[in-house]
Amino acid sequence: MDSIVQFENVGLRYGTDTETLSDISFTLFPGRFYFLTGASGAGKSSLLRLLFLAQRPSRGLIKLFGTDAVTLPREELPALRRRIGVVFQDFRLVPHLSAFDNIALPLRVAGVSERELQQPVAETLDWVGIGERASARPATLSGGEQQRVAIARAVISRPEILVADEPTGNVDPDMALRLLQLFEALNKLGTTVVVATHDLHLLSKVKNAQMMRLDKGRLSDPTGALRYPPRPGDAGQGG
Amino acid sequence: MAFFTLPSAQDRGLIPEGRLTGPMPWVIAIMMFLTILAAAAGLSVRASADRVNADLAGRVTVQIVEANPDLRAEQAGAAVEALSKIRLVEKVEPVSETDVEEMLAPWIGSDGLDDTIPIPALIDLDLNGPATEANLDEIRDLLTDIAPAARIDAHGSWLKPVFNLLKSLQYLALGLVLLLAFATSATVLLAARSALDTHRETIDIMHLLGATDGQITRLFQRRIGLDAGFGGAVGIIAALMVLFFIAVQMGEIGSGLLESGLLRWHDWAILALIPIGGIVLAMLTARVTIMRALRKML
Repeated sequence: MDSIVQFENVGLRYGTDTETLSDISFTLFPGRFYFLTGASGAGKSSLLRLLFLAQRPSRGLIKLFGTDAVTLPREELPALRRRIGVVFQDFRLVPHLSAFDNIALPLRVAGVSERELQQPVAETLDWVGIGERASARPATLSGGEQQRVAIARAVISRPEILVADEPTGNVDPDMALRLLQLFEALNKLGTTVVVATHDLHLLSKVKNAQMMRLDKGRLSDPTGALRYPPRPGDAGQGG
Repeated sequence: MAFFTLPSAQDRGLIPEGRLTGPMPWVIAIMMFLTILAAAAGLSVRASADRVNADLAGRVTVQIVEANPDLRAEQAGAAVEALSKIRLVEKVEPVSETDVEEMLAPWIGSDGLDDTIPIPALIDLDLNGPATEANLDEIRDLLTDIAPAARIDAHGSWLKPVFNLLKSLQYLALGLVLLLAFATSATVLLAARSALDTHRETIDIMHLLGATDGQITRLFQRRIGLDAGFGGAVGIIAALMVLFFIAVQMGEIGSGLLESGLLRWHDWAILALIPIGGIVLAMLTARVTIMRALRKML
């Protein structure tokens, strides 16, 4: 099977500090569900930023959909980014736009007409269970509702990869489970899902999910994805 | 062309509809007001120069400076006859002695000319073209034999210093217009940078959702274009009111020189184009500024 993401000896350094990520190598395959775990500060968010093209690595090779994302001219990045859905840790909703308009944003960016985007946006709002809050602005939504708007925005354009950074960090356990079910549903439709979390309890909730664990900027298993359940040495990485 | 492509109604909502750029519309209004006044002054001076030049460019006076009245009359008659025959001269008009006396009356009184004072005979000419050195030489050559006492004066040459002054004033007005255009660009540049900083978070999100630099730029360009349009409209209305007021006052004075400075229809067209030019300049400045800033982001 062709890989959808390939990292080879990737390193990331901010300024002159020591490397935040070192020697990261892994391969992700289409249609799979991946967890990225590790303690706070282990480099999960930095790795995801490389994955959704918010950052270029200091060294190494990153291939997305078979394209070298490291040397790709920046004019060609938007087309690649449109194939990736992102749920940010802090949601990053546009504050002056309604829930509907936030969710419609990726479609508008992609040039979908207003007539064509009405139905999918309404359906996605219903899918995440906030259909009645379509016209609400983010400031008037609860944390869980904002999280669901962020997820709806990430999936509205049916991305090939969905990247979620601590998507359950701000919601109660029931809501966390429901969000995870949304990701699973999307995964069953063929989307590759990568969820960064420090909550190891979530890992058991998704069957056939694979896990990568980061420790101080390095993958603890340099060969790549590990199958859940984690090995005894992987336990206790939360916090 | 991408420069003129506007974002859709929904895309416009990505940037809040409140004024993006703070006092920029009012600063642009002041710039436009001053630019239009400077341009109007320059155009008025040019209109005046053109009108005076059109009146004088082909006008020449031949003086027969001969003390002997009989010989003077003989040479004047011969000169009139010869000048009437050449194609270069459209009209030959000998100035009568009465007219000459009237012209000299302020200096020598109105009792008539004393025969002891030799007064030159004057012949006014309208040429079929400007009084260039070549044309004047042709007339000189013609009169050398038949009126050796003839002196030829092009009216335009008397006003050469005035024309030079008018030209300098035109360049001054043009310089002011260019300076104000530069200041307008600088204002827009600062406003665009400020708007970028204010909306950086939205821009980051749009980038990560796959928006291109062009899509993001168009949002700001439109907003700044609207603000510049507002400023341009206020500026031209205020400037037209001032110009109208001045035109009425110039008309009341009734001076030929002042009236010669009244703007022509194409001068008004140029003034009307200034706000449009201002809007285009503002949008272009915004586009370049924002595109450059976006290129520094990933």
